[in-house]
Amino acid sequence: MRLKSTLDASGPQYRERRAAMLAKIAELDAEHGKALAGGGEKYVARHRERGKMLVRERIEMLLDPDSPFLELSPLAAWGSDFPVGASVVTGIGVVEGVECMIVANDPTVRGGASNPWTVKKSFRAADIALENRLPVINLVESGGADLPTQKEIFIPGGRMFRDLTRLSAAGIPTIALVFGNSTAGGAYIPGMCDHVVMVKERAKVFLGGPPLVKMATGEEADDEELGGAEMHARTSGLADHMAVDEADALRLGRQIVRGLNHRRLGPEPGPVAEPLYDAEELAGIVPEDLKIPFDPREVIARVADGSEFDEFKPLYGTSLVTGWTRVHGYPIGVLANAQGVLFGEEAKKAAQFIQLANRAGTPLLFLHNTTGYMVGKEYEQSGIIKAGALMINAVANSGVPHISIVMGASYGAGNYGMCGRAYDPRFLFTWPSAKSAVMGPQQLAGVLSIVGRQAAQARGQVYDEDGDRAMRELVEAQIESESLPFFLSGRLYDDGVIDPRDTRTVLGLCLSVVHNAPVRGADGFGVFRM
Amino acid sequence: MIKSVLVANRGEIARRVFRACRDLGIGTVAVCSDPDAAAPHAREADVAVRLPGASPAETYLDAGLVLDAAKRSGAAAVHPGYGFLSENAEFARAVIGAGLTWIGPPPEAIAAMGSKIEAKKLMAAAGVPVLPELDPGRAGADDLPLLVKASAGGGGRGMRIVRDIGELDGAVAAARREAGSAFGDPTVFCEPLLEDARHIEVQILADAHGTVWALGERECSIQRRHQKIVEEAPSPAVGPELRAALCDAAVNAARAIGYTGAGTVEFMLAPGGRFHFLEVNTRLQVEHPVTECVYGVDLVRLQIEIAEGARLPDAPPAPRGHAIEVRLYAEDPARDWRPASGTLHTFEIPGVDDEFTVSAGLRLDSGVESGAEVGVHYDPMLAKVIAWAPTRRAAARRLAASLRGARIHGLTTNRDLLVRIMEDDAFLDGATDTGYLDRIGLAVLAAPLAGEAAVRVSALAAALAGAAADRASAPVLGGLPSGWRNLRSQPQRRSFDGPSGTIEVAYHLGRDGLHCDLCPGTRLVEAAPERVVLDHDGLRETFTVKAAGGAVHVDSRLGPVSFAVVPRFADPQARIAPGSLLAPMPGTVVRVETEAGATVTEGQTLLVLEAMKMEHRIAAPAAGTVAELNVGAGRQVEAGAVLAVIEGTPE
Repeated sequence: MRLKSTLDASGPQYRERRAAMLAKIAELDAEHGKALAGGGEKYVARHRERGKMLVRERIEMLLDPDSPFLELSPLAAWGSDFPVGASVVTGIGVVEGVECMIVANDPTVRGGASNPWTVKKSFRAADIALENRLPVINLVESGGADLPTQKEIFIPGGRMFRDLTRLSAAGIPTIALVFGNSTAGGAYIPGMCDHVVMVKERAKVFLGGPPLVKMATGEEADDEELGGAEMHARTSGLADHMAVDEADALRLGRQIVRGLNHRRLGPEPGPVAEPLYDAEELAGIVPEDLKIPFDPREVIARVADGSEFDEFKPLYGTSLVTGWTRVHGYPIGVLANAQGVLFGEEAKKAAQFIQLANRAGTPLLFLHNTTGYMVGKEYEQSGIIKAGALMINAVANSGVPHISIVMGASYGAGNYGMCGRAYDPRFLFTWPSAKSAVMGPQQLAGVLSIVGRQAAQARGQVYDEDGDRAMRELVEAQIESESLPFFLSGRLYDDGVIDPRDTRTVLGLCLSVVHNAPVRGADGFGVFRM
Repeated sequence: MIKSVLVANRGEIARRVFRACRDLGIGTVAVCSDPDAAAPHAREADVAVRLPGASPAETYLDAGLVLDAAKRSGAAAVHPGYGFLSENAEFARAVIGAGLTWIGPPPEAIAAMGSKIEAKKLMAAAGVPVLPELDPGRAGADDLPLLVKASAGGGGRGMRIVRDIGELDGAVAAARREAGSAFGDPTVFCEPLLEDARHIEVQILADAHGTVWALGERECSIQRRHQKIVEEAPSPAVGPELRAALCDAAVNAARAIGYTGAGTVEFMLAPGGRFHFLEVNTRLQVEHPVTECVYGVDLVRLQIEIAEGARLPDAPPAPRGHAIEVRLYAEDPARDWRPASGTLHTFEIPGVDDEFTVSAGLRLDSGVESGAEVGVHYDPMLAKVIAWAPTRRAAARRLAASLRGARIHGLTTNRDLLVRIMEDDAFLDGATDTGYLDRIGLAVLAAPLAGEAAVRVSALAAALAGAAADRASAPVLGGLPSGWRNLRSQPQRRSFDGPSGTIEVAYHLGRDGLHCDLCPGTRLVEAAPERVVLDHDGLRETFTVKAAGGAVHVDSRLGPVSFAVVPRFADPQARIAPGSLLAPMPGTVVRVETEAGATVTEGQTLLVLEAMKMEHRIAAPAAGTVAELNVGAGRQVEAGAVLAVIEGTPE
């Protein structure tokens, strides 16, 4: 069925919502700008003086011309003591017609040293590569670990090397292009990769540098002897190729990918039709006040191929919209919150829909705008927990790829039922308008207030109303800030905050990426409590 | 009745004759050299006969081979076209002697006109005005300026202009040498040089029954290196009285030598209106189409019918309108007319109404098609484009428009020059004597149609078309927006080597459209691999883009621009100094047989390397000097080590 939009793009409501969204997008752009600035002008200039390319210049030259590139977790470390972006760029791009995971150190940020967020961001990239069978290309130039925070890096950080060899074991190629320092533990990045390129007179790959060697054994040796590209290409054999310069390394990287004989294991997409409605209008759909519901069909109409959407159970459990469509030619099942609250009917509808998708081997898209499962006497008595459990069981055990987009609210167990981060969607992106928390800030503060009042009453004390007001304000402010997208994205609870107008493009890219791995439904689910 | 005709020629003229044969229901036989094996003329004919080899001497000029081809293919007649054997009386006799029909004038007429000195005498006797002939030995300062010409010559060879009497002896000697080597006859003569004269020629057609037609004049004054590039009929300098006089002289000339078939009597027309006989071309001329279009007659058809013994009507049809022909050459007018060779990736002339036949619009006589290989062995003329219109200016405008819109890729041509001539005021005013090109100057006439701004915007179009092509052929994510980024740090880049150096196009396509500092304010309307539409200041310009063989060709209203695509990545091997000799494998230098600074010849052994118990000879790849010698005997070398550098001798 072709969706009919009722959005009035000339009306005041649309204009208000759009103005609010554009303001949030401008804030997002400003935060992304911090990641793009790397280590700042001074360090960028110094890096250039050394005749080196910036990290994103390297990536651009590695990618196929004019192909898209989706940067992942660009706000990593937002709100921490470390610069936004966490001194590493990760993302998915096309190299020689192959979708690859690119993990590239930004040497202008403290020498490309890894901090705890760098490590988390790299782990996430490795997970995506493994799940979706993407070849990994490391663009290496890192001064090693940020020593003051080594306690949070050293022990978990070993996973970085484990991930590389497990990727290799799973038949997913790993490549390291070494542009500069890759020493001590970092030496295992090229060490664990299937293919290694080192840049002549630039790459430095050794376990111990000259001072350490001198202290350990008394031997005198220089950088080149211990870990230069010439040495590794001619003597140790750690380098498979020696590049004459950075551009040559990128050329060789492309050459290696060309020779991988990579095969996509999922079904190929069908023909593509553009939506009938303008993606630009996605900026004017979500109300600034998330208490006001909005019709997710308006979003689907601007994301789905030909604005087609075949709704499933349209008359049942109407607070959750379910149905089938295609995005960039890939079939997909959509679950979208319509009225915020999930009742028993919605949960059962979702559980059935997810099972159908698993039978058909169709990926699922979750469009979040939920305040959670309904509470209250009537609902508890009618088994809302059982219903919610059905949905969570189905989501958790579903075998088809899931993609989540948090458009608005994602509160409480609704976040779980709609495949929040803990339910391992292949990708999870957030709109700038989103909020995720156990409940809304006001509700959470109110609950604390009621509990406090009850405790005071139980002790026979008089409740401090002024203190209560102050506490509520404080809690509301804290919860509000901690449920906002930048904060959550900074903690790697999503894969990035996206401009809503890019949703179709991001989905198209992610759907193509997931089809590098076989797409199969689950063989079984947990016991459904009836 | 002739059943099949062999055309002893190639290119457009062979196709022209075949067209007439097909219209008459006559079979066609082509001859083709090896480089022409897949040429259109060879493919179009009913049967093609191979002439082994490439040079004209071993192929199209070899009368024996051509005759043999005619016999083997069963051809009943031979049409010689122009050039090659067309004015070779011996060949004509041999054709007739073999019992075949010769589609041309009697061999005697060819022979009579073969010597320019004899021809002038014959014509003077028949009352045709001729220039006085000067004895090279007796010419003096009063005779200057004068022209030294080869008696057996043609095509400008063996010709010298003398303006200073001191140069005369040298010019005569040089002309003799040239004539001797080119025509096998060193005879030269001198004539007064007519300056600011026009080259006017009259088309004649005579049957074997005494009827001689003079089909008016053609003017062919615009020449480079004594070769015509623009021809028209009628001449803007000839009125009815002069035309009548010219035609009378031409008919007299034809009768004087018992001419039959098609021929041309050439004259020099002085500014005062006096004309002098130059020579008779005893064949069909390259420029015959302008006469055909003005008189509405098919000259080749008439040639064939006359050879079959047909009678011409008493008088030719009346002329109407004006026709102009331009010759499209693969050559660079700005570089001393240097001929170009290579692959002609695209050859498209828009608006063509007819090919190889009389046209009341735009006519194309082309020897090539898209994809043709243009070699170095033959004349670099690609095609003739002819426009007919009721008036001269209308014909010129039609030609200019068609040439402007032509898509010609892969070879440098004189197209821009031809467009500029067709649009030039002096040309349109009819001021076209033989000094035209020099007077206006190549700086003006050979300037590219596309200016700096056009080159820039064409580079942008090339980049956007390249991006669209890459998107369209992308195995994955091809449907996503071109160059999409969720975080944009820099533009996309594509570089091209253009007519004025390297251009880097830095661009990106964002939500709000195109961003490109090279062409600020330009909006992208649509981009496909072969078509880009850009909007600048409210003007919507369409660019047609063709990528072929490492080049991109952009055609638009603003003028054609060709670029070489600068590869994204330099070839690392190209970074080694040219002439470097690298060790093919690790080994030991056992002998060095040269020294730094030594002159070496191609293939000379420079040193010997021993590796894996085998000796490997390192030889000079070309003659030159040993600029660097990096190793001595006994030295261990690694694979890829530079052993020596040879500097080529400058040519």
